[in-house]
Amino acid sequence: MDSLIAVVAVGILGAVLGVVIGVVAKAFAVEVDERIEQVEEMLPGANCGGCGFAGCADFAKGVVAGKAPPSQCPVCAPEDVSKISDYLGIAAEEKEKMVALVRCSGDIPNTVRSLYNGVRDCRSAVLVAGGAKGCDYGCLGFGSCAEACPFGAIEIRDGLAIVHKEICVGCENCVAVCPKNLIVMVPAASEVHVYCNSPEKGAVKRKVCQTACIACRKCVKASGEEDHMLVDGFLVRSNYENPPGPELVEAAACPTTALRVDSEHVKGAYGGEA
Amino acid sequence: MMSELLVITIGAILVNNFVLSKFLGICPFLGVSKKLDTALGMSGAVIFVMTLASLVSSLINQFLLVPMQLQYLQTLVFIVVIASLVQLVEILLQKLSVKLYESLGIFLPLITTNCAVLGAVVLNAKAAPASVQSTWYGATIYGFCSALGFALALILFSSLREKLDLANVPEAFEGTAISLVTAGILAMAFMGFSGLV
Repeated sequence: MDSLIAVVAVGILGAVLGVVIGVVAKAFAVEVDERIEQVEEMLPGANCGGCGFAGCADFAKGVVAGKAPPSQCPVCAPEDVSKISDYLGIAAEEKEKMVALVRCSGDIPNTVRSLYNGVRDCRSAVLVAGGAKGCDYGCLGFGSCAEACPFGAIEIRDGLAIVHKEICVGCENCVAVCPKNLIVMVPAASEVHVYCNSPEKGAVKRKVCQTACIACRKCVKASGEEDHMLVDGFLVRSNYENPPGPELVEAAACPTTALRVDSEHVKGAYGGEA
Repeated sequence: MMSELLVITIGAILVNNFVLSKFLGICPFLGVSKKLDTALGMSGAVIFVMTLASLVSSLINQFLLVPMQLQYLQTLVFIVVIASLVQLVEILLQKLSVKLYESLGIFLPLITTNCAVLGAVVLNAKAAPASVQSTWYGATIYGFCSALGFALALILFSSLREKLDLANVPEAFEGTAISLVTAGILAMAFMGFSGLV
């Protein structure tokens, strides 16, 4: 008898609760624009925040509402963007892919450093007399940027942050995090960069770093009339409006190897002569 | 009456802390304590659900189960009631308050069948018949304070873990190991409250 009561009681309870939930779910159903779901599915789903929205779901809402163009997603490949645009029936715009660049080549073998035993984080290290590196402008190498990267595109090797540009999607999370403002966005198509960011005089830089740009202008001369390189005080930069090709690195024979081809830099092909 | 309520409050938050001395709700305690933000969201959701579950369950216990002498069905009934209650609240929140839904939304289903929630409800049902805790308002206050205790432990622990991320931890202790060691030390610290009430 007891067990019968138990079965009936729990059965009634279950049925009542089920009916209540069913009725409430119908009465309070929220209508969701199905296009938002579709667009969200077409987005990468990394929630990196590179678009300026709070994640992919929020961005999808913004795109459907017409507040943002699909191309605002820095991660989407152009074909993904055009797929979303086609789906929503709006015109796609072409956008050049940008990737992050750490403008420093001073790894441990090539730089002067003092001992630092504090918290292993660039933003903490920079509070202690600007970091333990001889050069005040260089990469501290504790990997705050690598941690900020949702895609794992930054590698710390020998105390230097190196961007793997085939993984980088250009979300700019690392740019904001670097306390030395070392990271800039450059067109993915450009291959040659000056891996130095110190505005100091050549001799001062050379004392603390073997691979600094000493502004000898060999690369400027090698590029001739072409204007591939721009001089900015004691620092030379690639002109990204008219980027130099890998042959310029060969022709310039940079004495400190600050001028590098990015694919070779990632492989660790430079800086051995010091 | 007032003093008894005070005893319940202090007891639930500090002395008999759900996580650190009863060892209930360890799963969310370790799972969502990596960042302070998520810990805060989870705490909010737990407070919300635990208070509501305590109220509803004690009403059901007092006015349905006890008069019908069906106390042996407590665990079963409470689980069903809590699960459907959370479901209901989720549906209602989504419609009525989008803001609240967005901040608690992900955490609500997570704690539907959490042992801390069921623990609070069962402890209420098992309280001595003459005590404040056996009344519906006493039970609600107990549930709310237990959830506050849970939130306190979770927020303390997540702040510790955020600091731990930056510390030089020996390789053998990295990750879960150091978290568990920290949780143990935190539990020992909370033992200092025993005897307070």
